[in-house]
Amino acid sequence: MAVLHYAVSERKVEDAVYNQTIPAGDGWTYTLEPDQVLRIVDLEGNQAADTLFYDADNPSDHYSAVNTIQRQGNVYLSTGSVLLAESGKELVKIVADTCGRHDTLGGACSAQSNTVRYSHDTLPMHNCRDTFMLQLSKYGNRFTKRDLAPNVNFFMNVPVTPEGGLTFENGVSAPGYYVEMQAVNRTLVLISNCPQLNNPCNAYNPTPIQLLIWDN
Amino acid sequence: MYTVSSKIIPAGGKWSSRISRGKQLTFTALEEGANVSLLLYNANDTTERYNMPDTLKAQHTAHLTVGNVLMSDNGRVLASIIDDSLGWHDTISGYATRQMIDERFGHTTYQEKRNDWYRSGEENFAVELFRNGLTTRDLVPVVNLFSKVFCSEDGNMHFVSSHAKKGDTITLRTEMEVLVILSNTPNPLDTSNTYPSVPVELTITDAQPVQEDDRCLNYRPENRRAFENTWDDVLFRKGGIL
Repeated sequence: MAVLHYAVSERKVEDAVYNQTIPAGDGWTYTLEPDQVLRIVDLEGNQAADTLFYDADNPSDHYSAVNTIQRQGNVYLSTGSVLLAESGKELVKIVADTCGRHDTLGGACSAQSNTVRYSHDTLPMHNCRDTFMLQLSKYGNRFTKRDLAPNVNFFMNVPVTPEGGLTFENGVSAPGYYVEMQAVNRTLVLISNCPQLNNPCNAYNPTPIQLLIWDN
Repeated sequence: MYTVSSKIIPAGGKWSSRISRGKQLTFTALEEGANVSLLLYNANDTTERYNMPDTLKAQHTAHLTVGNVLMSDNGRVLASIIDDSLGWHDTISGYATRQMIDERFGHTTYQEKRNDWYRSGEENFAVELFRNGLTTRDLVPVVNLFSKVFCSEDGNMHFVSSHAKKGDTITLRTEMEVLVILSNTPNPLDTSNTYPSVPVELTITDAQPVQEDDRCLNYRPENRRAFENTWDDVLFRKGGIL
């Protein structure tokens, strides 16, 4: 039984300084200034927005999933979660969430992990890790594969059982659900809108997400 | 013909080495309450490293025990767990930072305590990564050998005190040439009031070759495919005609 934490946002779409729809299989990067708020909208429901964060002033300091969950003492992300870098620096804070909880243990799909999880012939299929690498390659030699730390899967439901099992369950998200995060420090956000076709968690149907940004 | 190497990693200690394919590493807790934080890299290409999410989701588990393998971000097996007296090793709690150690157990300095000062996983890893040409940029979620952290239904994380008893062991078998980096420092969620690190013995011997009925190979179909990816890589690196 999932324990969910809901918090609705007062922000109005017409006040946003940025409003873009990202199709499944595409990537996106953006540098949030302190106090700016990013909203990710799950337009059609149960879509995974695989997301990484970097300290924009020191990009070798990447998001740390385990620092983040260890400090809050809970494996799920929701309103109030502060997402930390490897150094412990606070990157963004989740300030609104109509989905209820988000995963940060399941990581991003890759060609190689698809061969392990599904079958060797999935190797050519499009995947999040390729999107991450294509996006980071635009920054010249600032990033390498070393910077691909475990990420956040917004809208994904990956329960950890008390017995230590890890399962990909049916989603707790639905069309129009959203999550909002406010930058604590200058933060580079990297998103892969997941193209996974082998996993029932998105009903084998990857769909677009909407990204909105507000100056606070 | 077996060659045996044995060493004690003291409380607060650290260690790193390249280890070839086909070795077995047995860790033995010499006192109650051990925790050894472990990082693993492909020694020939350190951009390939232990990947917590890929390891866990492929094996449908959030903890590690015998039969499980530690997978890399390239879908290969770095090492297999071929023996384990405990049944649970932690994958989700990370390493202890300097700030955490100072706040929980009191600020210590080398000047005052000499080598009894309280070491942190953060600093131990920073040094051993640097020794091997890497930096804190290469830090990823560690495996905490000997520790149990479970989650209740609400997702809250619970550290189990005294999980590892004196004499508990876990044995890894290397499936490719690896760089192993160890920090014998407290689990971040350990609730002890006194610095809980205890000595651990590490014994390294030659492993038996992987047989068709191998427990780790047959644990799940996912494991076999990861082994197949690994064997491909070993073959490709050998040179000559396939």
